[in-house]
Amino acid sequence: MRFKAELLNAEEMRRALYRIAHEIVEANKGVEGLALVGIHTRGIPLAERIARYIREFEGKEVPVGMLDITLYRDDLSEIGIRPQVRQTRIPFDITGKALVLVDDVLYTGRTARAALDALMDLGRPRRIYLAVLVDRGHRELPIRADFVGKNVPTAKNEVVKVKVEEVDGEDRVELWEREEA
Amino acid sequence: MRHLLDFQGWTKAQVENTLDTARVMAEVLERPVKKVPALQGFTVATVFFEPSTRTRISFELAARRMSADVVSFAAQASSLQKGESYKDTLLTLEAMGIDAYIIRADSAGVPHQATRWVKGVVVNGGDGRRAHPTQALLDAYTLLEALGTLEGRKIAIVGDILHSRVARSNVELLPLLGAEVWVAGPPTLLPQSLPGARLTPHLDEALAEADAVMVLRLQKERMEAGLIHLQDYIAHYQVTEARLKKAKPGAFLLHPGPMNRDIELEGTLADSERSLVNRQVRNGVAVRMAVLYHLLVGREG
Repeated sequence: MRFKAELLNAEEMRRALYRIAHEIVEANKGVEGLALVGIHTRGIPLAERIARYIREFEGKEVPVGMLDITLYRDDLSEIGIRPQVRQTRIPFDITGKALVLVDDVLYTGRTARAALDALMDLGRPRRIYLAVLVDRGHRELPIRADFVGKNVPTAKNEVVKVKVEEVDGEDRVELWEREEA
Repeated sequence: MRHLLDFQGWTKAQVENTLDTARVMAEVLERPVKKVPALQGFTVATVFFEPSTRTRISFELAARRMSADVVSFAAQASSLQKGESYKDTLLTLEAMGIDAYIIRADSAGVPHQATRWVKGVVVNGGDGRRAHPTQALLDAYTLLEALGTLEGRKIAIVGDILHSRVARSNVELLPLLGAEVWVAGPPTLLPQSLPGARLTPHLDEALAEADAVMVLRLQKERMEAGLIHLQDYIAHYQVTEARLKKAKPGAFLLHPGPMNRDIELEGTLADSERSLVNRQVRNGVAVRMAVLYHLLVGREG
């Protein structure tokens, strides 16, 4: 793969997440009944950061859960490499909550679809929002994000890599291009 | 790993990976909706040439909890012409488009043979006295849950070792996770050797400082065959609270079921705090979900 461009640096990432945190609280008219659910892997640290920012400016705790969508994927019967299943840990009752699903990149929409199905099996939230750091287009399902850090028009042979301090040692969003086979 | 027949060629990492997946499956079983769509579109057949209600139910529930379709074939081995008719049965199912076969048979090697006859994946649900790998995996899972680690832990397996596929599979598996496995039983029910385990006819030696004790079911046929006398067995090999004083304080107790209370173990022990028997049954479903997921979905990454 060939590196093409930096889409966000650490400071821009922080600002984007900070703005999303504000937008979430504004949309929900406060933090009442609000909870965040990060999708494995990088959605989890992003959700934790949004919760931290909300705590900073609202002075209130918003619970954070982690969701693995592997068992809800729609391609398990045809997939080449078996994906590792990881723990789902949502330490609060989601029924009646306003949930914000948090992921790093929104692309085909299939991960969000799987996440919605997974959440429905865990309870009946009052409403579910979707927050993503990068929306790169190319949706294959009728799904859109409520909160977006940055919209990036991409080509299909491009790859958006989100790096987060907790997993990758740095905060940065990069655009890469897959070499032609 | 294309099939699960036994643990030959398995690495510690493969075992740990399977048990990690089983832990996720256990969490699914705690949810209000105890079902995920992971195996939608797959068909699993339980093919039991030897009857066993518990194991069959555990496998079928595991498959259903992951949204697979399940068909069930049960036949007494005696009603079959052995050899060729195992094959005919499996080929009939194959023609109906089965993706995974859970095979139990009273003769060793039937699941191995089956892998040559069918295209689907084969899981050994217990063959003769040879292997019962999902039982050993659920035992390992349960032991890890109770002890935290098996590294350097002493596990005693007590009873009819000679005829036990549960003992054999555990002796293959538990040392991979670092456990020291001892097997004890009457000399007539001990094999000459069992690679991976220390053998002893003295129960106290196996129980000494053990972290957990796995008690095997004593089958009536062994008495009928004159291999043991019931009263002698009870006198020397029944696992009792008093004898467990030799083991570590609070040593755990396992049994693959079904139990003969007051024969292989003191009846009240099964209900004591030491007993992990109900955990074993519960964990069996999660472990079998993990095995089906690993065998049916993709290749190892």
